[in-house]
Amino acid sequence: MTGAAWQITAFTLAVALVATLLMLPIGVWLAWLLARRRFPGRALVETLVSLPLVMPPVATGLILLKILGRRGPIGSLLARSGIDIVFTWKAVVIAMMVMGLPLLVRTARTGFEQVSRRYEDIAETLGATPSRVFFTISLPLAFRSIVAGALLAFSRAIGEFGATIMVAGAIPGRTRTLAVAIFTMTEAGDDHEAMVLLAIAVAIGFAAVIFTNRLIRHDHAAI
Amino acid sequence: MITLQFELVQDGFTLRIDERVDGRVVAIVGPSGSGKTTVLEAIAGLRTPRAGRIAIGDRTLFSSADGIDLPARDRRVGYVPQDALLFPHMSVRRNILYGFHGAVGAGGAAPGNRPPVETVLAMLEIEALGDRPVTALSGGERQRVAVARAIMSGPLLLLLDEPLAAVDVPLRRRIVPSLERVRDELQVPMIYVTHDRGEAAAIADWTLALDAGRVVASGEIDSQ
Repeated sequence: MTGAAWQITAFTLAVALVATLLMLPIGVWLAWLLARRRFPGRALVETLVSLPLVMPPVATGLILLKILGRRGPIGSLLARSGIDIVFTWKAVVIAMMVMGLPLLVRTARTGFEQVSRRYEDIAETLGATPSRVFFTISLPLAFRSIVAGALLAFSRAIGEFGATIMVAGAIPGRTRTLAVAIFTMTEAGDDHEAMVLLAIAVAIGFAAVIFTNRLIRHDHAAI
Repeated sequence: MITLQFELVQDGFTLRIDERVDGRVVAIVGPSGSGKTTVLEAIAGLRTPRAGRIAIGDRTLFSSADGIDLPARDRRVGYVPQDALLFPHMSVRRNILYGFHGAVGAGGAAPGNRPPVETVLAMLEIEALGDRPVTALSGGERQRVAVARAIMSGPLLLLLDEPLAAVDVPLRRRIVPSLERVRDELQVPMIYVTHDRGEAAAIADWTLALDAGRVVASGEIDSQ
């Protein structure tokens, strides 16, 4: 394996991990909210979260580019404080988060829905505050689904292509991820390197799916 | 004295009750579907009546007239549901201590009726269960662990929903004395739901008979 393949693999795993960790608190909160609360605008939140699943990733990437670009509403604010997002590793993280979040939220939400409300009720009669009920009952009972959702989101992040190339480009050594590199190397005729990366991608994908399926199966058996 | 004066509607079924009951153990008897569990859930704060008042002594838990509806966590009512509902991801010990920690944090509620853990475990004969996972318990053990968990939250009233329903006859003979010890040693009033009048007579000193959401009889049990 060449130095470039190593660098690309390590970079991809690292940004996907950062994206997944940043996604977790938001995703778990949204999942719980959608599973347990009725509030105005709920349908809108549900739709917005799932939108990246059904839209062309390139289109999602273009939206992100318009928002985060130097003339965009958020990008211009950040640029004033000297923070550049687009075409940096931060853009890769954001693209991965947006594309992975729907998978985390959907899986974790199912996990929360499978937790019997009666456990939460009993905990409350025992004097537990809503936050204590969440952290000691709902969260641990939905834990496997949350981990499964995080793994799915992580896998999706590793495979992310369309949104990433729009908002972060394919700068070797800086923003080029596994999926993007497979494309650019094949296009450049560097088949050998592309095949090495392909093998790595397949191996990561296999491991993630097997692990996720095992977790989900156990979850159904436990509750 | 427990005041139960309320009307509650759920899924087309109306429960109407207007009673003051007085006893160390009040048995609620009646056929299935008569509303027994609904009464307990209303007292525990898990179902909201349409109107009325629920009080333990002069402590009002719910009053539509005064706009009072204490959240379940502030009611200090220990509820033991029929299926025990032990938290499946915790050991026996952590289940039992769950309410103990909850009660300490709950608005400064005094731990008045809370005896030492070891006393409660001995009273219910579950000292040996300690660190076992709750999935390894028998039906009778689960019920007693659930009773211990409710007691450890320091309740002012205990609600037991058919605690012997899942237990065979020889084991009942062993559990009933445990419940009698809880009644006699802790001095916590109890409401005990059962469809078995014999069981009611054995442990209770007041019965409230329900049928189809209405009270058909209420009064002290003759101690003869």
